[in-house]
Amino acid sequence: MKKTWLLSAATVALVASAATADEVRVYNWSDYIDEELLTKFEEETGLDLIYDVFDSNEVLETKMLAGGSGYDVVVPSGTFLQRQISAGAFQKLDYSKLSNAGNLWDVIKDRTAQYDPGNEYAINYMWGTTGIGVNVGKVQEVLGADAPIDSLALIFDPANMEKLASCGVQLLDAPTEIIPAALKYIGEDPASVDPDVIAKAEPVLMAIRPYVQKFHSSEYINALANGEICVAFGWSGDILQSRDRAWEADNGNEIAYNAPKEGALMWFDMMAIPVDAPNPDGAHQFLNFIMDAQNMAAASNYVYYANGNKASQEFLVEDVIGDPAIYPDEATLENLYTTLPYDAAVQRVVTRLWTRVKSGT
Amino acid sequence: MNYRRLFLIGVPYVWLLALFLVPFIIVLKISLSDIALSIPPYTPTLDLSEGWAGIKDFFSKLDFDNFLFLKTDPLYWKAYVSSLQIAIFSTAITLLVGYPIAYGMARAPEEWRATLMMMVILPFWTSFLIRVYSWMGILGKEGFLNSALMWLGIVDEPLTILNTNTAVYIGIVYTYLPFMILPIYAALDKLDISLLEAAEDLGCTRTSAFWLVTLPLSRPGIVAGSFLVFIPVIGEFVIPSLLGGSNTLMIGKILFEEFSSNRDWPVASAVAVLLLLIVVVPIVLFQRSQERQAEAQK
Repeated sequence: MKKTWLLSAATVALVASAATADEVRVYNWSDYIDEELLTKFEEETGLDLIYDVFDSNEVLETKMLAGGSGYDVVVPSGTFLQRQISAGAFQKLDYSKLSNAGNLWDVIKDRTAQYDPGNEYAINYMWGTTGIGVNVGKVQEVLGADAPIDSLALIFDPANMEKLASCGVQLLDAPTEIIPAALKYIGEDPASVDPDVIAKAEPVLMAIRPYVQKFHSSEYINALANGEICVAFGWSGDILQSRDRAWEADNGNEIAYNAPKEGALMWFDMMAIPVDAPNPDGAHQFLNFIMDAQNMAAASNYVYYANGNKASQEFLVEDVIGDPAIYPDEATLENLYTTLPYDAAVQRVVTRLWTRVKSGT
Repeated sequence: MNYRRLFLIGVPYVWLLALFLVPFIIVLKISLSDIALSIPPYTPTLDLSEGWAGIKDFFSKLDFDNFLFLKTDPLYWKAYVSSLQIAIFSTAITLLVGYPIAYGMARAPEEWRATLMMMVILPFWTSFLIRVYSWMGILGKEGFLNSALMWLGIVDEPLTILNTNTAVYIGIVYTYLPFMILPIYAALDKLDISLLEAAEDLGCTRTSAFWLVTLPLSRPGIVAGSFLVFIPVIGEFVIPSLLGGSNTLMIGKILFEEFSSNRDWPVASAVAVLLLLIVVVPIVLFQRSQERQAEAQK
């Protein structure tokens, strides 16, 4: 059964007032861990683990900036981590408590250092790309056998979307992922922080929005798997999980993930400890537990995301380490881009644009 | 004696002050500040440690920019009108569905009534959220409803209901129906049957007795039920965000977007303050006039 942040938000509200020293509260993305690891952590440390989930960086950021979230470990993506560090939301990690830190992969550490210089505040949990998930059969039925399922044109060309609307298209409810993709499609710099360049994404998005069934950041996993929609622009591992759910249900839906050939956004989800964490010591124990090679491998094997842990790679199943959609080869890596956070003034331009796109006004 | 009166009047006023006025002033204060990347995510914050200078500094930084901003963007007005429309329609549908149910309950044999009442209240035993989720399972393209319709041969292609306004109406009417039934039932239950007998004795048909006697006497129940449905629906957030699609525009959703997704607390607070003025003030005025009418009739 899929949890959503709504359910968990209600739980948090009920229990947030009763934090004690033998509890660790973790706030992670939905569908993002093998739940057996949670039991294992409790058994190994004797701590009670309270695990809640969310599906939007923006919602997490609101909680962080409101303060007093009651969480010990949270998982923002790189650009959001950087903004929240500058707002003073996190405490520095005490690496003396993180004996497994040597397992981390320097290739990823170098990249995450652009958000958190020296990786002082956070460790990488998983990373991935943002791309296109399709129900191959249904899309080919609508667009023909040569449907561009590996191209941004599938999503951003209104002619394609008009036809796809009949079988359902969902897009992430994440302006910081969709706007760079739209810019990439029209040949602009996806990482641009210039409001004039960002504004060019608006007509592209407005042209396709009538054909978007919903902007949502977690429903598409199930919706794609059970045939409710035929195209999702979403996160790599989520779409691969959807592929697996369709297999398990054996409902004839063949789901495929492709990083767009024009270039795909590469993102990093980082584990950090809020400045007002009730149990920072327990938080460090959780981080250390996650950085254990076998635990990290178990998580990746379960959720189909690549991780930032070099030592875990020998324990990864071939399905994960051998899949270029998860661990991209050199050529694909070249084609990935990263973004940097918007400052406060540009942020408002972006959120306005996004609100207009979503509401169609 | 006087103290007792003061105390009795005082309790509800303290209640109102603590649970309505204080939160409202906090929201109003945020609506006059500016967005910032900090904890909390707005500026200025009141710094009492600096004494009078701090307070003066705080007030000098407040402004009405956020309210002016709302005027420049048609989104808020459209969302408000669309919420109003959804609230009016769904209140009307709930009334049309709820009244016959309440009427049937009130006319049912005495020994059934407790059971019928139980059946209306029973859904509350399950979490509201879970009930809305189950509608997602029912209304989906491969959900129960479409499977049933296809099996019966009524439709060939699955109907798209989930993620449209139709699904929002279904969700709202389903969720709020008990709030309409219960006050109407309470009004009809108190109704003196001998009045109807008198009406029939005086030559009324059953139908006209209903229109002339039953309906006017159940009016307080209808008004109460309609308010109980209308007011929460106008700010409804969960149902449109779970069952609605990209075309569902409701002020509650916008408010959530501004607050959580855009982290723009000042603008979110400005929307909340305006919503309160636009929705609550007319309702208070309406109730005042109702009370005056009732007193004039005495």
